Order: sequence, then C-alpha cells, then structure tokens
Amino acid sequence: MAARKPAQKSNTSGEDLLKYYRDMLLIRRFEEKAGQLYGMGLIGGFCHLYIGQEAVVVGLEAATEEGDKRITSYRDHGHMLACGMDPKGVMAELTGREGGYSKGKGGSMHMFSKEKHFYGGHGIVGAQVPLGAGLAFADQYKGNGRVTFAYFGDGAANQGQVYETFNMAALWKLPVIFVVENNQYAMGTAQKRSTSTPELYKRGEAFGIPGETVDGMDVLAVKSASEKAVAHCRAGDGPYILEVKTYRYRGHSMSDPAKYRTREEVQKMRDERDAIEHVRELILQGKHATDDDLKAIDKEIKAIVNEAAEFSKESPEPALEELWTDIYA
Amino acid sequence: MATEILMPALSPTMEEGTLAKWLVKEGDAVKSGQILAEIETDKATMEFEAVDEGIVGKILVAEGSAGVKVNTPIALLVEEGESADVAPAPKAAPAAAPAPVAAKAAEPAPVAPKADTSPDWPAGTAMKTMTVREALREAMAEEMTRDGDVYLMGEEVGEYQGAYKISQGLLDQFGPKRVIDTPITEHGFAGIAVGSAFGGLRPIVEFMTFNFAMQAIDHIINSAAKTLYMSGGQMGCPIVFRGPNGAAARVGAQHSQDYSAWYAQVPGLKVAIPYSAADAKGLLKTAIRDQNPVIFLENEILYGRSFEVPDLPDFTVPFGKAKIWREGSDVTIVSFGIGVSHALDAAEKLAAEGISAEVIDLRTLRPLDTATVINSVMKTNRCITVEEGWPVASIGNHISAVLMEQAFDYLDAPVINCTGKDVPMPYAANLEKHALITPDEIVAAVKKVTYR
Repeated sequence: MAARKPAQKSNTSGEDLLKYYRDMLLIRRFEEKAGQLYGMGLIGGFCHLYIGQEAVVVGLEAATEEGDKRITSYRDHGHMLACGMDPKGVMAELTGREGGYSKGKGGSMHMFSKEKHFYGGHGIVGAQVPLGAGLAFADQYKGNGRVTFAYFGDGAANQGQVYETFNMAALWKLPVIFVVENNQYAMGTAQKRSTSTPELYKRGEAFGIPGETVDGMDVLAVKSASEKAVAHCRAGDGPYILEVKTYRYRGHSMSDPAKYRTREEVQKMRDERDAIEHVRELILQGKHATDDDLKAIDKEIKAIVNEAAEFSKESPEPALEELWTDIYA
Repeated sequence: MATEILMPALSPTMEEGTLAKWLVKEGDAVKSGQILAEIETDKATMEFEAVDEGIVGKILVAEGSAGVKVNTPIALLVEEGESADVAPAPKAAPAAAPAPVAAKAAEPAPVAPKADTSPDWPAGTAMKTMTVREALREAMAEEMTRDGDVYLMGEEVGEYQGAYKISQGLLDQFGPKRVIDTPITEHGFAGIAVGSAFGGLRPIVEFMTFNFAMQAIDHIINSAAKTLYMSGGQMGCPIVFRGPNGAAARVGAQHSQDYSAWYAQVPGLKVAIPYSAADAKGLLKTAIRDQNPVIFLENEILYGRSFEVPDLPDFTVPFGKAKIWREGSDVTIVSFGIGVSHALDAAEKLAAEGISAEVIDLRTLRPLDTATVINSVMKTNRCITVEEGWPVASIGNHISAVLMEQAFDYLDAPVINCTGKDVPMPYAANLEKHALITPDEIVAAVKKVTYR
C-alpha cells in the first residue's frame, strides 16, 4: 500500500468524523488493555487482537441499520465494540467471568449478542461464512429487508466452504455482504505464499457476485463502499464481496513471535497508514475539534476501558453450577 | 511510586520462561511499546514490550535467568527523579485455586430407577398400517403445516421427490420456498441451515445419507451443538439433521457406516434412531419441535417396512423413553434402529428353545433411557447389546459401563456387545453379510450369558 496522501478536506460532517474517531479509538485502547491483561495472566488461551484494523468494522458499521446482522471469526473484539456491545461484558468474557457476554463460557473467540444482532465469534476458520449466508437466508425467508455482514480473513478466503457458500448465495440471491478483511497474513503465512490469485474481491466472479476492493485504512472509503454494498443487497440483487485491505499491528494471537515480517514493515504501516491518525488529521484540518477536544475524548475512552478492565477483574468467576447449564435449551 | 514490570504470560500454556536478553539497562528511559526484553516461552522467543512510560530504575532478574515464573517482578520502572529503592507495596498473594469439583459419588446400593412405562398412545386408539417412509413424510408434512418457520433443505428433496422418496409430494404441498433443492455441497448447506436456525428458522436438513454428513460434521458439532453453551444460553439452534444411516446393501465401505456412537458422544446434540414407523413419525415430530439440534438416524432397509401407526391427529413420542418390544425373564437384549429387527428375530428363535428374552429399543441415544435397561437387568440379570456399528467405543460399550457402575450386583454374567465387525464394509455379498450383525450371533451371545 502506498503512503497515505495528506488528508484532504472531506465532505463528512464533523459529527460523523468524531464518532468514527471515538469508535476506532475505543477498539484500539480496549485491545491494548486486553493485551496487558493477557500478559498479567488474567486472560487465558487464545487472544487475537484487532489493533490496526479498526477502520474496517467502524466503516462498515456506519452503513448499517437496526436489525442488520453481523458474524465474524475469532478476531472479534472490534466487531462487538463497533456494533455497540458493552465493553464491560466483552472484557469480562475475556477474563472468563460471570459478567461476560457468555457468562465466561465462551471466551475471546465466542461471544454473541441477540440484542445487537451479533452472531459470533467463531473459532473454525471459514465456518462463519455459510453461517452468515444462513442468517441472510432467514432474513430473506422472512422478507424483512435486513442484510448480513459475514466477515472473514484472507486466510479463510481459501476455504472450500466459502465457495460452496458463494455458489448458493448467488443462486438464491441472499442479502449477504462477504467482507474479506485482508490483513495480508494468514497467521504467519503471507498472502503471496498461500495463493496465486491474490485479488480476493474477484473470487466471486465465477458465480457472478460483484466485488470491489477498498482501502481498509481509510474509514471514509470503507463507509462509502459499505453503503454501495448494502444498497445492492437491500435491492434484492444478491450477495456482494468487499475486499478490505488492512493490516494488523500485533501478532496473530498473543503467542505469536512474529518472525514472518520485519518490525520495520509494521512500524511503517503505523507511521504512514494508521487509520485513527488519518481521521484525527481530518478532524483537525477541518477544524471540527481542537487538539484539546481530542485529548478529552482520549481521556473519556481511557476511562471507559479502565472501567471495563476493573469490571472484568471484579466480576466473579462463574458458579460451578454453570458447568452444567446451557447445554440444552 | 515505582511500577513493577512483571514476567508476562506470552502463550496459553506458559507458566514460566527464560529471560533471554534485556534490551534496556538501568537508567534508560522507555516509551510505551518499546521492546524491553526477549523472553523464551515454551513455544518461541518473544519480544516483550513496555506498557507504561518511565525510567528503568532497577533490573530485578538478570538476563539468562531460566524458570522465571509468570507475574514475578523482573524490573522496576520509576519516574524522573524517583529512587528505585522504594519497593512497591507487596501485593496480596493470589487466592488459591478452587478445589476441583469432586466427581459424583458412585450410586450406592442399586435401587430400581424410575422409568417412564406409560403407553405411547391410549388404549383403544385406531391404528393404520404405513411404511416408515410414509410415516417420515407425514411427520414432516404435519410439522410444516403447523409451523411456517419449518423448512426442508437437501439434495433432491424437491423436484426429484427425494432420493429415497421421503419428501414425496412436499414440494407440491409447500412450494419451493420451503422445500429447497441444494447443490451437492453438504459442508456449505449444513452451515447455511445452521445459520438460518440462529436467525430464527427451524430447518430440517436431509442428508442423502449420513455418510455424506462427514463433510458437514464441523457445522453439526462445532456450530450447531456448541453454540448455546458458548453463548451462555443466548443462541440456540433448533435444527434436525436427518437421513439414512448405516449399511444399505452392497454399496461398499464409503456408503455403509453407522454413526450412532459418533453423534451420541456429543453434548448439545440429541440423537434419535427409530426402528418402527410409529416411532419414526412420533420421534421426528418431537425432533422438529425440539429447541436443540437433533440427529435423526434413519435406515434405508427399514424405509419400506410396514408397521401399525396410531391414527391420531398429533402423535408424538418423547425423547429419552425406551420401548420394550417384547417382555422376557431370562435375558435383556438392548438395541436400536435396525438392530431391533435382528433382536426380535433372535428372541423368536430363543423362545423356541425355551429362553425368554426381553427386547428393549432405546429409540433415542441422547438422552438415553438407562432406567428402563437397568430395571430390566434387575429382573433378568443378563444383558447383551446389539448394534450394526463398529465394536470400539460403541453404544454397547457405554451400556456395559452403565450396568457395571449402576447394576453390578444384579449381573450374573458379563455383558456381551454384539456389533458389526471391526472392518470397513466389504462389497462381496458373502463378506458383507458376515460383516453385519446377524440374529444367529445374537442367539449365540444369549446362550453364552445364560450358560446354555
């Protein structure tokens, strides 16, 4: 990806820019805190951080309406925060406590919210793709005009079930947006080492599914692509593929020694392409807020994240009886 | 106040590690995100970054130290002008881990467990004769009429009228919105069906045979069976996966496997395996109404067999209630699915030799009606199990374990598990016959446990 052009004046309102700034910052600070709690041994198992990819979910969510659904993989904290789930409940799930979204029984990779139409949090690479098409199938069956965002990565894009799903989604004109979050590394395998056809937005061509690629470090570009995709689905024209080019700053999971890329590569992305810095510049240049205003937002976000961390430590572990509940409805 | 830098946990299994190398020294100013040290975990060498800004006041653990426990202070971070000698207040020791839950104590002296012995339909109910095939079709048609959210999806279920004609007429009756032909992509359509159940529908997924469901088993187990638990009870999955299971005739190894024990092992799934037409109808209606994922194992050879079915407007059979097909006093034969047919044939032969066998049809494998089995064994003191599947980790093995734990004092002989042979299904007619369980083998096993 080329270095970001100097931020140009945008037509987006100051109010919207400030919302995106706030939403992306919440994800970043939340994830940094999660990384700290992991280091302290308060979070166990796998923990996949979303740092660097914030503009993807925030941009896509900007085009949603109440009732639209979303489903993703195990790198899911950002999606939950972006759709309005409570940071306290998410963090407490990471620490495996009673106050977590899944009462401590799901963990980092498995959280859900019926209220926010967030359908997980799935740990098997690619499984969320047919599941997402199934959510869209249910909406089409009910004729309610909703769309589903099925997120997956460049790694999952090589899974067979993705293409089985493309075939049926196109055949049945399901209202589903397949969002490929291409962060360029499937765990430690660079994209060029895993496929001869890296243009993932073209992967639906064989089924007649339109696709486009968008700069995932630019929240405004993601938002406008999302609006187009949503309009396509709501018009009953079937599925749409959005390949969002992004970059994760951290390892695949907490135990990733990251020997497959250089620190310089990561640092260059942070310095030149950071999505939050981009919006910050737009806000300051457009005089939508002062540096002090943004500092106040930073402080506010830090307080929300600290409150979530405190809650996640204070919430008790689930009662032992919970071992035996929720196996059958 | 100095801040302690603690030895971090850098992998899911890390309890201690080696502090391989310090990349800062005492007196250095550090920024948040700066690499402080290299740490060897049980998996790899990791770079450890600073969280807070400050000055390295003191290094507490020298580089090269091995076996440094997670959360041990390894350095002190101080503010400008602060002394590193001011040790931070000691933290309270972490609370001891709670004691593991004690395993449930073994049942004390065997007491007759309470079994549901109520009849499946009221005495005097009018009966009609129908095949298992017709019973299954009627169950689906009734439930699709009753609930508009129920739909049928699978290969050839619509225009072809069902590969085994189970869905005959349903497309005409309910239309293509509710009877959906899929391409031959089990993994994909099983995932779509599970997603639609998360989204509020009640799918019936027909697998042309359960052999093909191995392509979809990730969605059956990881997506359907586990999500309610993983979501803390929020996201249920009411879905039925149905189709023929086990051997048909002469179709070879890849089309002739019995999956009963596989699915019965999974918490979160329910597993029904009817033998008769009445049970096929009553259990399938219960399965479609269930709020949980149900595996419904049919049998191609049984599809064409006729049975008496109660002529009731809404006949259902509850899960977890075994059926006693034949009462007896000398031995209990426990089976399910097509095994019941062999068990009844064997019981007939045994009766001719003066041995009275009680034949129990489990009907559902999860939940499993162990009470009816134990009560029977308390009467007969002998038990054999009959199933078509492989011997290792079979349903019979599980029944044997339950009896040993809960009715040991009532057993006068070891439980024998009659199963299919421990081989892939051969094609040759003579070999296939030998690979399957036969009534003669059941008779021989009964004679062994009754010492005749």
